[in-house]
Amino acid sequence: MSLNKDDVVKIAHLARLAIDEQSIPAYAQNLSDILAFVEQMDRVEVGGTLPMAHPLDMAQRLRADEVSESDQRALLQQGAPAVEAGLYLVPKVID
Amino acid sequence: MQWETVIGLEIHAQLATRSKIFSGASTAYGAEPNAQACAIDLGLPGVLPVLNAEAVRMAVKFGLAIDARIAPLSVFARKNYFYPDLPKGYQISQYELPVVQQGTLDIELEDGVCKTIGITRAHLEEDAGKSLHEDFHGMSGIDLNRAGTPLLEIVSEPDLRSAKEAVAYMKKLHALVRYLEICDGNMQEGSFRCDANVSVRPLGSEKLGTRAEIKNLNSFRFVERAINYEIERQIALLESGGAVVQETRLFDPDKGETRSMRSKEEANDYRYFPDPDLLQLEIDSGLIEQMRADLPELPDAKRQRFIKEYTLSAYDAGVLTATRELADFYEAVVKAAQGEPKLVANWVMGDFSAALNRDNLDIAQSPVSAVALAALLNRITDNTISGKIAKEVFEAMWAGEGEADAVIERKGLVQITDTSAISKVIDEVIAANPTQLAQYRSGKDKLFGFFVGQVMKQTQGKANPAQVNDLLKAKLAED
Repeated sequence: MSLNKDDVVKIAHLARLAIDEQSIPAYAQNLSDILAFVEQMDRVEVGGTLPMAHPLDMAQRLRADEVSESDQRALLQQGAPAVEAGLYLVPKVID
Repeated sequence: MQWETVIGLEIHAQLATRSKIFSGASTAYGAEPNAQACAIDLGLPGVLPVLNAEAVRMAVKFGLAIDARIAPLSVFARKNYFYPDLPKGYQISQYELPVVQQGTLDIELEDGVCKTIGITRAHLEEDAGKSLHEDFHGMSGIDLNRAGTPLLEIVSEPDLRSAKEAVAYMKKLHALVRYLEICDGNMQEGSFRCDANVSVRPLGSEKLGTRAEIKNLNSFRFVERAINYEIERQIALLESGGAVVQETRLFDPDKGETRSMRSKEEANDYRYFPDPDLLQLEIDSGLIEQMRADLPELPDAKRQRFIKEYTLSAYDAGVLTATRELADFYEAVVKAAQGEPKLVANWVMGDFSAALNRDNLDIAQSPVSAVALAALLNRITDNTISGKIAKEVFEAMWAGEGEADAVIERKGLVQITDTSAISKVIDEVIAANPTQLAQYRSGKDKLFGFFVGQVMKQTQGKANPAQVNDLLKAKLAED
């Protein structure tokens, strides 16, 4: 599978990555090479195999439904660029 | 052309756990902003989610209640998109292998016909936070208290054919999750909300039309109005030669219309993949059997039992079993009143429910207990008071003026059942109204009501109505 320029632009947009125009061909080539490398596995017969969801063959451990976290807002908000009235402030977003 | 509507609903039920689905932060509603958002909910580097056992148990319970397959293995996946109220840049959800698969729910339509609606799946996921768009100097405020709250997303098959069916399905599901005690069902607080996928197609066509998704409907009334508006819009569009665009729409209750929110084409590219931070979820038959044993009597079974055990009409049984609280209250009154289930039903559905509504109270907050109401109804059954006087006593009890017997005693409301006393009043009334008496005897039967009214007035409503009727009829017929 080979990616064209539009694919690269779309992927970059979905990942919110800013890329400059000149580097697009190189990204397209590199990403296509990676896909070609992985595509070698298409030759393996997997018809009767369940898809693997996790490399560890273990079951998820469950946690008892108990409140174990206390309010650490003051501490956690020290790392935020802008807060007000307990809220994290971000550039305006409207649907 | 004749059109057929096709509707599928996605319902998000917030699970009534104490802590979040992947962290130990509290899920209590109404806390200070971000006071219940811990490092895991904020998606800080290095944190790991650990699944809440109770959320899993609740999902299993739900699956059993709709006769679904409980997946022995299910997988959590990342749904990737960017929005400030989703701090990790992805929502942990389930995609290819949800925990609940292929169930059904029966709904009853207005004409009494029963219809089975397929439930494709129900999966566990985390809720996002809340964005506040009021003015913070041109910025948005983010409250992440809700981020990580466990949700069960319940997805129906496109089996619904009208707004009314959609509402019936949603109400049934709402009652069910509350019976199961897995969701408080509070729609104002967003604990139970609905997205509706709506499309139309020419009647008889097998192919589905292009659908629009109406997001975040948080009342039964809005669901009905939004769907009906959307059906009209799509039909008008198609009949004028246009085409429906697949998109997300929002319902504006003030204008009563839906409007386009964003084209879903791009937003749809969620690039799901299994979350490497979570192992696969295994559910063994032990847990399933334990949950099965834990299931309460479900609404349909309870309704059938009420019809049989208390010889109630299907309608009465439906109203009384609409919530588990009301059904329990009804049964407590019947038990304490030792019989007369129909009388109890009338009172619980009538004066009692009306008083709760009027004062905006839950059953748990009722000033009149089941035992107290039963004591009042017993005074009707044993002829101490009439049904009409009982309403007055009930209002006094509701206002906190004491138990039924105390109110009856204090207000002197004991019914007059002494025939000679009633006869005496009737004689007086007849003597005082010769004109009406003459008219009645000359064939104006309607005046009977006038005489009854006068007797009741003279006795402050305390005369036994059946005795008044009998005696009055006899006396008026005398010459």
